[in-house]
Amino acid sequence: MNFDFSDDQKQLRDQARKFLAEKCSPKAVRVVLDGKAPYDKELWKGLAEMGFLGVAIPEEFGGAGAGHLELCVIAEEMGRANAPVPFSSTVYLAAEALLIAGSDTQKKKWLPAIASGEAIGTLALFEGKGNPSRKNIKLTAANGVLNGVKKPVADGAIADFAVVAARTGSSGRDSDISLFLVDLKAGGAEVKSLTNLDPTRGQAEISFKDCRAEPLGAAGDGWSILTQVLDRAAVLCAFEQVGGSDRALEMGRDYALDRIAFGRQIGSFQAVKHMLADMYVSATLARSNSYYGAWALSTNAAELPEAAAAARISATQAFQHCAKNNIQVHGGMGFTWEFDCHMYYRRANAMALGLGSLTYWEDQLIDRMRKKNAA
Amino acid sequence: MNFDDTPQEAEFRATARAWISANAPKQYEDELRKSSLGRTVLKNANILEVAKAWQKKKADAGWACLHWPKEYGGRGSSPIERVIWQQEEGPFGQLSRMFIIGHGMCGPTMMAFAREEHKRTYLPPLASGEKVWCQLFSEPAGGSDVAGLRTRAEKDGDDWVINGQKIWTSGAHYSDYGILLTRTDPTVPKHKGLTMFFLDMKSPGVEVRPIKQASGASDFNEVYFTNVRIPDHQRLGEVGDGWNVSLTTLMNERSAIGAAVSTGFPELFEYCSSLMLDDGPAIEDRAVRSKLANWAVKASGLKYTSMRAISALSKGERPGPENSIGKLVAGSMIQDVATYALDLQGASGVISGEDAELAGRFQAMLLRAPGTRVEGGTDEIMRNIIAERVLGLPGDIRVDKDVPFNKIPTKGR
Repeated sequence: MNFDFSDDQKQLRDQARKFLAEKCSPKAVRVVLDGKAPYDKELWKGLAEMGFLGVAIPEEFGGAGAGHLELCVIAEEMGRANAPVPFSSTVYLAAEALLIAGSDTQKKKWLPAIASGEAIGTLALFEGKGNPSRKNIKLTAANGVLNGVKKPVADGAIADFAVVAARTGSSGRDSDISLFLVDLKAGGAEVKSLTNLDPTRGQAEISFKDCRAEPLGAAGDGWSILTQVLDRAAVLCAFEQVGGSDRALEMGRDYALDRIAFGRQIGSFQAVKHMLADMYVSATLARSNSYYGAWALSTNAAELPEAAAAARISATQAFQHCAKNNIQVHGGMGFTWEFDCHMYYRRANAMALGLGSLTYWEDQLIDRMRKKNAA
Repeated sequence: MNFDDTPQEAEFRATARAWISANAPKQYEDELRKSSLGRTVLKNANILEVAKAWQKKKADAGWACLHWPKEYGGRGSSPIERVIWQQEEGPFGQLSRMFIIGHGMCGPTMMAFAREEHKRTYLPPLASGEKVWCQLFSEPAGGSDVAGLRTRAEKDGDDWVINGQKIWTSGAHYSDYGILLTRTDPTVPKHKGLTMFFLDMKSPGVEVRPIKQASGASDFNEVYFTNVRIPDHQRLGEVGDGWNVSLTTLMNERSAIGAAVSTGFPELFEYCSSLMLDDGPAIEDRAVRSKLANWAVKASGLKYTSMRAISALSKGERPGPENSIGKLVAGSMIQDVATYALDLQGASGVISGEDAELAGRFQAMLLRAPGTRVEGGTDEIMRNIIAERVLGLPGDIRVDKDVPFNKIPTKGR
């Protein structure tokens, strides 16, 4: 058994960590946080040059063709560094949708552009309140023309193209939903930036008005493709969340060792020690669940749906838990704009909602466990 | 990343599986499987006898105490082979609980500190289950603070004379031998005046009194020593070095990697899958689903954390103190899961025993659970271990550290 990453994969992780420590300091993140740029263009270019954007994209489509375990390793580091780039929307959502359902022409057009950093992509799924569900998709598609409004769309304001979930039927079944590819720079889509919990990763509203679109995958297959995309993204996001959890724990630990109060390091008080121990426990459980998700993702195992939901829930909880208690360890300083704690707190809480909230994933997990037990 | 055995591991697994399949006491398999919640009871058999017979059979075929050296009754296996054995032994491994203190703690301590002739005399019958050992550390005044113990050992000729009391001693009522931590010098700080021995539990002056637990069962005992004589050659380690000797014992306590940790979750999920509530099936209920999902990811997180540790073992690495999270998470989870299962039963949840739902399985779990959170280190001690040894935070301030033991104020248990 090797329920761990290989030495090569660990080397890649070290490489990514070193690169991000250099190019993605908290100071660099703050440029985006403070609204001075919509994302870190230099970093995005650098990630492309390092081959990180296309690490799981096959070589024939301009990627490194390494695989999903390698992508998990990089995702963890993106989370640790709190990178202010459209990595998850482009690489986990748009690229994965193309890999699963794209035609050869579509793959050839977009995947090399993603790998080289020229194209930013996203998934336009949500329409206001609510979680992923067929009935929450009201935007219509008829004769290759879309009408409706999507929000929030992750990185929608900077994206070059979007995978759009649309209603093409009214039978009340999965087959009512189809996916479309929209070139957002071609006109027909009106984009508006939305303020959001985590300004280091933007959110937008996109209005489609008689907007031309090409189908992605077969008509009526949209819901099944979406489910696969969300499951895969859940595992990849879980690694970002694990990286974020670890970093928040590390910040809390370091501060507890550094800060003296009542004549002692505050890390010598049991109340603080035990809070940090509990953060470690949740981060460890999340890491282990995510490793299982990574195994299922990389082998395309039948266990993927269940593993993805478990990784998603565990990592979401861990990141929220660690980010919140990191601020608590820091006391009043932790609540200031000047300290970096709130960047992780923002990211943790924004990520908890991005692929559907915990409520949705809890439901998914139980359904999938029941299905497995029934089989 | 994979879950595959190496060719050698696969071969070992196949051999172990074949032997277990041909030799295990299969008539008890179902009962053992269902008693995985700290309540191992066989209806029509004496569990100690069944356990001893299984252990003897294993020893005769070379499957006892796998990682011990052969000359002391073991097999000389690698740690990963031991884990594979535990996986294959499955529910029959429940029977080894009777020997867990002896095999996991007393044996390794003897191996590290006893004279060679004693090792050869005492270890093989311990490995084969013919002799059962207990560990006499805790006292009314020293539970988490083990070094606060007061049982005295005074030199008299070639013997030591023991007076005092131990408590929470698992299995003392059926043990043949024990390892005993005593105070030999009360005038020095507490960690410096301790000495370790092993003794025959049938020695004159040893009195074992079972403790009735909150659950109604009696797994633990008080043990009283009145002028018990132990020959000096049964001393383990130097006089005054007992604390270091006991650390060897305690470090071996977390050798249970790979053994399945009971969380109560599979039982709860199974129960909820068929349970009808007033408004329909429990498993369709939003609140129930949310609770289940939250416990599901803890249970799977523990399972895969343990697999990561096994993977490290497989590569010849030594898993570290990070594995102490198992007991910490599972302990309170069992308690919460049991509480919730009874909540779902409504008013009838109060009924326990054979008349209760599922023959009182969750009620028994509820009443045993508090012990799980205390034995082998309380939740608070486990958190300290993680904070200090994994995260590198400062140790607790100990005001009695440099004070002679007989000058430390004492009160309470």
